Amino acid sequence: MRWNSARSLGDPHELGWWGWLAGAARSEPEVALAADEVDRHALRLVTISRRGDSELALHRFAELPRLLGAGDLVVVNDAATLPASLVGVTAQGEPFELRLTAPVDGGCVDGVLFDDGDWRTRTEHRGPPPAVAVGDRVMIEGKLAARVVAVTGRRVRLAADGGAEVWWSAIYERGKAVQYAHRRDELPLWAVQTAYAGRPWAVEMPSAGRGLTWDVLLGLRKAGVRIATLTHAAGLGATGDAALDRALPLPERYEIPAATADAVAETRAHGGRVIAIGTSVVRALEASGGHAGPGLATLRLDRDYRPRVVDGLVSGLHAPGESHFEMLEAFVPADRLRQALALAARAGLSAHELGDACLIA
Amino acid sequence: MITGASRGLGRALAEQLAARGARVALVAREHGPLADVVATIRAQGGTAHAIAGDIADKAATHRIAGQAQALIGEIGIAIHNASTLGPTPLRLLLDTECEDLAAVLETNLVGPFRLTKVLAGAMVLRGAGVIVHVSSDAAVEPYPRWGTYGASKAAQDHLSRILAAELDGTGVRVLAVDPGEMDTVMHAAAIPDADRATLQRPGDVAARIIDMIEDDGARAASGSRLVAPRWEVRT
Repeated sequence: MRWNSARSLGDPHELGWWGWLAGAARSEPEVALAADEVDRHALRLVTISRRGDSELALHRFAELPRLLGAGDLVVVNDAATLPASLVGVTAQGEPFELRLTAPVDGGCVDGVLFDDGDWRTRTEHRGPPPAVAVGDRVMIEGKLAARVVAVTGRRVRLAADGGAEVWWSAIYERGKAVQYAHRRDELPLWAVQTAYAGRPWAVEMPSAGRGLTWDVLLGLRKAGVRIATLTHAAGLGATGDAALDRALPLPERYEIPAATADAVAETRAHGGRVIAIGTSVVRALEASGGHAGPGLATLRLDRDYRPRVVDGLVSGLHAPGESHFEMLEAFVPADRLRQALALAARAGLSAHELGDACLIA
Repeated sequence: MITGASRGLGRALAEQLAARGARVALVAREHGPLADVVATIRAQGGTAHAIAGDIADKAATHRIAGQAQALIGEIGIAIHNASTLGPTPLRLLLDTECEDLAAVLETNLVGPFRLTKVLAGAMVLRGAGVIVHVSSDAAVEPYPRWGTYGASKAAQDHLSRILAAELDGTGVRVLAVDPGEMDTVMHAAAIPDADRATLQRPGDVAARIIDMIEDDGARAASGSRLVAPRWEVRT
């Protein structure tokens, strides 16, 4: 979930939570969605019918096995969240923050530079980073000497001698999880991992899977729901640069195992539903057409996009004006989404990244 | 991924798994000795990476697991081999500082559990994987002066059995292996006057453990506790 990329409506925390609801939900009373972290064992879920043929309803997330059915397929993004926030200094001694936008690529990393302010300042309010040019030397975390090999605005590509091993060592010894400015305390790395995370490809948590405890996952299997994985390098939600933010998400790497492609095909052939856990799974499955292999997701999900592979999804709760809300509009009309958010708000659900969720199916 | 990989059984497991074609991530507190093992494996054409980290340190959990999965990919076999005796010479329980018991549990029980939590989920969704806990006969026999170590290993054995029960049918095996008495630095610290000629060599034990891991559960079903002297050796 990406507060920081909120556009026309600005930051909801600044506007007073969801002034928009008053107008947007029309018949609904004015209410505010909470924005607190919720224990992953206590998450709640709003169910939203894509066809509008059943009422909006509230459930415990743990009821997911009952809400889906035998023959359905749940697809998760098994990327672990890497500590993507690093600090560095230029050759002139000017400090900066480097946020990686992708996992290490050989001896290089790709990222976005920020000033040296801390995460408590919202991304869009951070000052500009020091200027760097191709060929410049920078020091990362006081231990890794790197050189700038490409620059596009705030985006940089850095190379270091020693290859991937030295980058991963610096990232894991010194890096921090990308933080959210509206939180009071710093998020430790373990708080932004799913229960099934594997390779560290994501720079922000694929957080829709946070409620998938092993109790829920094994419960899904017992209910006859299949579970398949893919790996998608979920990228930054905000870069602090308005023009760059409008182009988000950047192209993101994914990898679809053959077993997952088979499970998708079998599920569809037998009339089951393919349920994506999070928009990163939607992007990877739609970009791949459901086929196995590695790829780069470049497609944009919005109200004009017609999903071809994915039938439904689990997502966090996202306000109109956020890029995530627009992505959800690929599955369900904006009006029904607003009604669902109003219901969630009345029930006290949380729109935090580590908050409650919705099931659209 | 093998913890405690810079010497003894851990080193032997790393070298032999690499020789059989596995990519190995080696974990130990000190980088120096690990780098030696990595160099040896690479010189023989294997793929190995060193990750310095103390498994008793909660903050190191993701540092270890993240680097391991970044460098070698999905983890198919996790071997919890690192462990500590606590202060030596070994003491009677009533002479043991409570903090020393807690520290031994951190290294021998809680630390491995944290790593398992991070690694096992991906194994379960893939439907394949092996988690091995290196145990000891001190987990079963109430040897005087082995109280902290024995209690930690007994707890780990039981955790291993319960995890195996919870993951039954998922394709992930959880094993405990008692390697018996080996000629290692740890053994010398515990029993300095042992007759080394009577002790097993870590390399021989490692070969048998790997056979058990690789046999797909035919002889080492998930939840098993394997005891070295009674193992079959693959011929």
